[in-house]
Amino acid sequence: MKKLTSTWYNMALVLTVISIIAAGALAYVNALTQGPIAEINQKNLQAGIKKVLCAPEAKVTATDSLLDAKGQLAAIRYTTDSGVAVQATDHNAFGGDLTVLVGFADDGSIKGYTILQSAETPGLGAKAAEWFQQGQKGSIIGMNPSKNNMTVSKDGGDVDAITASTITSRAFLRAVCQAYQQFSGQTCCDALTGASAQHTHNKQ
Amino acid sequence: MSKLIISLSPHVHGGDTIQKNMYGVCLALVPALIASLLFFGLGSAIVMATSVVACVAFEWVITRFLLHRQSTILDGSAILTGLLLGFNLPSNLPVWIIILGALFAIGVGKMTFGGLGQNPFNPALVGRVFLLISFPVQMTTWPQPGQLTAYADATTGATPLSIMQHAISAGDASILKELPSGLDMLVGQTGGCIGEVSAICLLLGCAFMIWRKIITWHIPVSIILTVALLSGLLHIANPIYADPLSVIMSGGLMLGACFMATDYVTSPMTARGQLIYGICIGALTVAIRCWGAYPEGMSFAILIMNAFTPLINTYCKPKRFGEIRKEANK
Amino acid sequence: MNNFKVLLNGIIKENPTFVLLLGMCPTLGTTSSAINGMSMGLATMAVLICSNLIISLIKNLIPDMVRIPSFIVVIASLVTILQMFIKAYAPDVDAKLGLFIPLIVVNCIILGRAEAFAAKRGPLASICDGIGMGLGFTLGLTLLGASRELLGTGQVFSLPVFPEQYGALVFVLAPGAFIALGYLIALVNKVRG
Repeated sequence: MKKLTSTWYNMALVLTVISIIAAGALAYVNALTQGPIAEINQKNLQAGIKKVLCAPEAKVTATDSLLDAKGQLAAIRYTTDSGVAVQATDHNAFGGDLTVLVGFADDGSIKGYTILQSAETPGLGAKAAEWFQQGQKGSIIGMNPSKNNMTVSKDGGDVDAITASTITSRAFLRAVCQAYQQFSGQTCCDALTGASAQHTHNKQ
Repeated sequence: MSKLIISLSPHVHGGDTIQKNMYGVCLALVPALIASLLFFGLGSAIVMATSVVACVAFEWVITRFLLHRQSTILDGSAILTGLLLGFNLPSNLPVWIIILGALFAIGVGKMTFGGLGQNPFNPALVGRVFLLISFPVQMTTWPQPGQLTAYADATTGATPLSIMQHAISAGDASILKELPSGLDMLVGQTGGCIGEVSAICLLLGCAFMIWRKIITWHIPVSIILTVALLSGLLHIANPIYADPLSVIMSGGLMLGACFMATDYVTSPMTARGQLIYGICIGALTVAIRCWGAYPEGMSFAILIMNAFTPLINTYCKPKRFGEIRKEANK
Repeated sequence: MNNFKVLLNGIIKENPTFVLLLGMCPTLGTTSSAINGMSMGLATMAVLICSNLIISLIKNLIPDMVRIPSFIVVIASLVTILQMFIKAYAPDVDAKLGLFIPLIVVNCIILGRAEAFAAKRGPLASICDGIGMGLGFTLGLTLLGASRELLGTGQVFSLPVFPEQYGALVFVLAPGAFIALGYLIALVNKVRG
């Protein structure tokens, strides 16, 4: 078969046909995979909520998306029958965004956390996934942001920062504080208000 | 060698040789070395010895078995790289990390590019930055001075640089009160890498090199003045930035300005080029120290400007003998 | 050149990573571990085989002046389809490589082979070229990923070789990718003679 010549008519026709076929194929695959993708996302979120609330039977009863002053998504609050989990993001971590999911008990103490999305350095900042868990060096489990100073000890707070990853640690704690704010409606710690200097004084 | 191009005679040999200059620089480092032994004792001795021996050994192995060339270990450049690399390390660093750093400095920083004279980056700094990025925990905990018999078990503490960075990140000028006194920083009675703590010894070495005409004043003076000026402006604008005197005497600034940035191979040739190079290093250092992720910016600043050296050389060519200004022709 | 030779050509003589130096963005970006490099290589290979096949089949229907846009539409559709499948059926791979999968669209290897090979040869030879180039790319990425993972964390495919504390972190980070790639290219050149 001879190659089609580059006339306007041929070019328009070929591009249109190729685009239509490509669009059709994409639509078909999208329909095919939409279900499983949504299912996986849902399953991950459910598993995360159950994990941070330490309640394997937790059922989400209400989901609130909270917007910040600029109208952008600031946090998502999942209310369940066994506590509240809040998803919050800090935009100034070492690798950009750091999204955490934090579970709170009724009195406001932290029951658990998990990192939903991060781009921290492997071997350094990426340790945040374990570093702040129960029994680890920088454990924040059981702390209550209304009583504890949720900043790194270098800034006068109660939390040990990840070794050589202070930026990640600060960002992580800012995200946790943001989550607490959405949970309780009160500001919790100095990382947000910028009053950490005062605490440093008190300690010395 | 039939195409050697020779300019008109007479030719005068200045008596300069690679050996003479390299050993001259080594000699200029001796005061700082003695100071480091006084402050860090055993740890300093172990780190310096390991670094020098490892650098020379790697140079020998690579020239002998990989490049099949005449060995160049006696020209003094490997010894100098070893000394400078050791000066840039904390005195409690494990031996295996130092050996890795030496391998990287000589193997990657120098020999990969063809050996002395062909390396675009200062080998000792390549080794240091490799270690800093690879082993950030070990490379950013410095022992307190005065523990003469301690090595791996030395107690560590904050350095002037970490105090300065903390003050900026917390936005609190009162943290700067923890800075050691100006005299302590001048003598070297403070935490830091082995060779960088004693500003006075480094200045002494620098003066010696300028006196012996091993280096000219352009690079060290332009770096130090730029840093002093910029940090002074920042300090006036906002007191959370440390005062210029503390800034120029802390960290690797003196060591970098006098010994690392002035490396023949990786710095520009003409005086004008050297001034541009020095000013840029100073500005980059202040920027990285104040707003960067690492507390020390000197080594990164020098490496960045090393990369620009060929470009600076292109624009700042030495004037040919007998060349007349274009305006004069009109 | 018979089909078998076409296949071998991509693996050794014109290895896309070490000889042609094509597709450097995913090569440097995704090879922080052996398994990441291999997943990226295999994903690219899947797209490459399909795009080579489709383009060699429709090459006579495409007027010369619009061949590049047509190729890009084909490649972009294939990549998007692949991405949806990975999201749906291999979420672990998606979590690690999610960012880089869409970039396969602009991977020089795919457009390069479409232009240099598939647009001139029959379907069978094009499939062989796709397999060969894909394997060569996968091999290169796996090798680079494995060396970086070994030097950086002391593991290969997550199997410990030496304790993690002796790993030089720089090799897991971006600068290490350039250094490791440079030395691997030097080594391959030496071996090829």
